[in-house]
Amino acid sequence: MLDIKRIPIPALIGIVLTALFVIAAVFAPWIAPHGNAQIVGDVWQPMSSQFWLGTDNLGRDLLSRMIYGARTTIFIAVLATALSFTLGSTLGFCAAVLGGWFDTLMSRFVDLLMAIPTLIFALVVLSVLPSTLVTLILVMGILDSTRVYRLSRAIAVDIEVMDYVEAAKLRGEGMRWIIFREILPNALSPLISELGLRFIYAILFLSALSFLGLGVQPPDADWGGMVKENKDGIVFGIGAALIPAAAIAALAISVNLVADWVLNRTTSLKGGRG
Amino acid sequence: MSSPILKLVAQRVALGILLLVAVSVLIFAGTQVLPGDVAQSILGQAATPESLANLRAELGLNDPAYIRYFRWLGGVLTGDLGTALSSGQDIATSIGGRLWNTLFLAFCAALISVPLAIVLGLLAVRYRDGWVDKLISGLALASTSFPEFFIGYLLVYFFAVQWQIFPGISTVYDGMPFLERMQAIALPAAALTLVVLAQMMRMTRAAILNVMQSAYVETAELKGLSAFSIIRKHALPNAVAPIINVVMLNLAYLIVGVVVVEVIFVYPGMGQYLVDHVTKRDVPVVQAVGLIFAAVYITLNIVADIASIVANPRLRHPK
Repeated sequence: MLDIKRIPIPALIGIVLTALFVIAAVFAPWIAPHGNAQIVGDVWQPMSSQFWLGTDNLGRDLLSRMIYGARTTIFIAVLATALSFTLGSTLGFCAAVLGGWFDTLMSRFVDLLMAIPTLIFALVVLSVLPSTLVTLILVMGILDSTRVYRLSRAIAVDIEVMDYVEAAKLRGEGMRWIIFREILPNALSPLISELGLRFIYAILFLSALSFLGLGVQPPDADWGGMVKENKDGIVFGIGAALIPAAAIAALAISVNLVADWVLNRTTSLKGGRG
Repeated sequence: MSSPILKLVAQRVALGILLLVAVSVLIFAGTQVLPGDVAQSILGQAATPESLANLRAELGLNDPAYIRYFRWLGGVLTGDLGTALSSGQDIATSIGGRLWNTLFLAFCAALISVPLAIVLGLLAVRYRDGWVDKLISGLALASTSFPEFFIGYLLVYFFAVQWQIFPGISTVYDGMPFLERMQAIALPAAALTLVVLAQMMRMTRAAILNVMQSAYVETAELKGLSAFSIIRKHALPNAVAPIINVVMLNLAYLIVGVVVVEVIFVYPGMGQYLVDHVTKRDVPVVQAVGLIFAAVYITLNIVADIASIVANPRLRHPK
């Protein structure tokens, strides 16, 4: 079983940091020393014992906003990843099981969607859609589901020709059984390691959109939005914008470390069992 | 040139054109069929029904979608991208200089990053599992996790503010002296380079390692050739095709990275133009710029395909 001493140090760092970010996100209102939109001091005050990370472009406590920002960032990224996985893997499995015109149609459509850079297509679509959280999650989730679709279809096509699936088909099991009881359990470990990568991508994508002013709208802010709010300070040597940017990088790296470890673990298990 | 290559190349080009047409439908559909209303977004929520109806008629929004699509596509093919809703300016004229600026920036970044990535990738293979290799994979992890603006603003913070070597805002104008222009785009080009470098390096390393595991490389090793001459004479020529692919894919990625980088450095290019007009909900501009970005992206992918066909000796010397 899982032994803490056997977890490699990089993975351990990753787990601890990720857990810290998640705790900050979940318990934001109890941890944050000040309110999210509460103006507590002058504009861009330096770090001090009162404001640990200083204040932002409107004189709000940067640490509090970072903690609330963790909440927004992680919440949206989790929902978008969940959507892209549900949508992508369901369609991918269906395409693999059904084959025929459904498979061809879906696969060509996904090829088409992937022919346009994701960020560019997201910008095109966001130019007509209202800027709400729901739109943002839908756009991010649907665009990212193309990659999950490709992966899960490829995995399912391999599993679908296995004897046990053939046996289930001969037993007369329906498509739902084949997908959820035969394919899904066997496709889980490669999909889970992909989950980490997609989550990182969702965070980076959301941050880029918010940085461009098209993601989370003020007064709420995710970390990308906070970089945008504070970016004008940089030329005066005020590093407030670098803090949320570094937080995004730290979160992405720590999730990456965990995902790497999970990936190695699952592949070595497979190798061990032959 | 032999015929199988020409045939394959022609196939790829035809496929690319088909893809581009399909993409134009998708971009058009993405801005028209979705439940947003151009007239509403121009006039705002307080608009009266009459003024909305007038504006719709004026913009031709009452025609069926496919007629509007062909009108738009016809315009694009004849070089008429329409006029911007927000400023009333001709889009093609506004894009001209900006497209050149963006391509210039991306070209400079590519000029630095491609040779650097290949050399570092080769070094990583040469000193496999040594500290150089570890450093390179560490950097790759960092750079796939760093948002573009983190790299960008770190560069601005140190090079423009603390040490004041390069300007933090990249103003360029027509007829700017070459050296001044290079100094202005130094930081955005560096940021773009850093964004794509690690990925390109890692993939180059993987491509060469793949070749290094083949039988003829083992033979060369057993003959007693030095590591560098094995890489230079045996591994590299066979790794050219995958490396070209890697390079092209990452250049295509530059196209995306350039949007964010241009906004960071307030660089007057296509990305900045696109983002400004998405915020203003100026649909004709967004369609036009989106289509151009997609076209460049698709073209680079096709060039990658063709380059790897041409670099394949089995296709180059048919029996």
